[in-house]
Amino acid sequence: MKRTAFNRIHTSLGGKMVEFGGFEMPVQYSGIIEEHLAVRKSVGVFDVSHMGEFEIRGEHALSFLQEVTVNDVSRLTDGKAQYSAMCYENGGIVDDLLVYHCGEHYMLVVNAANLGKDFEWLQSHLPKGVSLHDKSDEVSLLAVQGPKAVSTLQKLTDVDLSKIEYYHHVSGKLAGEDMIISRTGYTGELGFELYFLSDESIGKKVWDKIFEAGGEFGIVPVGLGARDTLRLEMGFCLYGNDIDQTTNPLEAGLGWITKLDKGDFVGRDPLLKVNQDGLKRKLIGFSLPERALARHGYNIRSNGSVVGRVTSGTFSPSLQKGIGMGYVPAGMAKPGQAVNVEIRGKEIQGNVVKLPFYQRS
Amino acid sequence: MNFPQNIKYTKDHEWIRVDAEFGWIGITDYAQSELGDIVFVELPKIGTGIEQGKAFGTIEAVKAVSDLYAPVNGEVVELNKEVQDSPEVVNKEPYERGWMLKIRIENPSQLSGLLDVESYKKLVAK
Repeated sequence: MKRTAFNRIHTSLGGKMVEFGGFEMPVQYSGIIEEHLAVRKSVGVFDVSHMGEFEIRGEHALSFLQEVTVNDVSRLTDGKAQYSAMCYENGGIVDDLLVYHCGEHYMLVVNAANLGKDFEWLQSHLPKGVSLHDKSDEVSLLAVQGPKAVSTLQKLTDVDLSKIEYYHHVSGKLAGEDMIISRTGYTGELGFELYFLSDESIGKKVWDKIFEAGGEFGIVPVGLGARDTLRLEMGFCLYGNDIDQTTNPLEAGLGWITKLDKGDFVGRDPLLKVNQDGLKRKLIGFSLPERALARHGYNIRSNGSVVGRVTSGTFSPSLQKGIGMGYVPAGMAKPGQAVNVEIRGKEIQGNVVKLPFYQRS
Repeated sequence: MNFPQNIKYTKDHEWIRVDAEFGWIGITDYAQSELGDIVFVELPKIGTGIEQGKAFGTIEAVKAVSDLYAPVNGEVVELNKEVQDSPEVVNKEPYERGWMLKIRIENPSQLSGLLDVESYKKLVAK
């Protein structure tokens, strides 16, 4: 199992370590609910160094990325990032990812569990004049998320963080180290993701300085458990749960990143057809009464038959009830529609909810 | 990790404290720590019979769901309302306020087959 540069820090903080995407990662420290609420109310720090980073260079890099991703890369300029996805020829999703325009090159940030598959897939489409490098082992990634993220990190850098817009990034020094400071995240909160050299002593220095700076705000380390509950409250997809090779971006609610009119890209033809014929099924959010909890794989039923499956489900610490997502026939996807989730043989009635579940106040 | 002396343990991480013909049942400190934040505990109704080794309820944590197994046969005579209203007490005090069921023990000889504290400590140390 691989370890990030923060592994010793996690174990010394009492992090409960689990395998995730080939890495030994903390699923929680003090507890998922406490960590979750700290990010919603103040600020928390996530080690997400397991994520993969690829560097794309060359004069045809733009046309290559236009071909292999669904979003319009031509709209990116130096200092901007965009959420996107890669699709197979049949329109199924290879992975969802971030594309960064870094001036001289592009950086792709992919899911750890898909790293090998993504690299091979990109390589198989790679034209002459474009280079692809896996930089994942050289990059540490910390996400600092929450309403106090700016106040915390501003103490450690001369870069004016309040000027970095959502989905923009700058290169600069923070805690004395060179890094990419990116205003992105997977929590729905104001926050930053920091990319810097993967090295245990640099990692410890940066980690310690962030915690010193955030001490007055009650900054906490946050594990993968709360990362999952935070993203689900926002209705963000998780690859392997809500999206995979059997789902297409349109039915997954990712039509907003799928630019069918940008020109040709891998998977466009079947997606055009889906767009023309209309969606058969849709990824919806639902909430359950009281404390009934749905889990990945549970059946969604209507009038006695199975009409869909839960793709993600958990307890929402912010809303104090069960929430989830799943695919249902397009005609049943309207907010307010009743959906029954089969929980241990019993049908529990929930309702389709407009995403996100949680609105930042 | 807390391992009280005066109770019996199961290999499924429940405990039972016996007083006369009654038994109080809950989950161990180890179990609550493995599950993480507990948000929902589903228990049988008063009057229900529970059977040794069989599931009698369900415990939902944020991240995981787990069945609860009966340490011995018995009849449910009381439910801990606090656990149903505030399941987090199971995380905080698994052996005290976090008890779940009070049962009338049907067959006290089954108790001798359960783990004592030393055997249970060995089990979770594996």
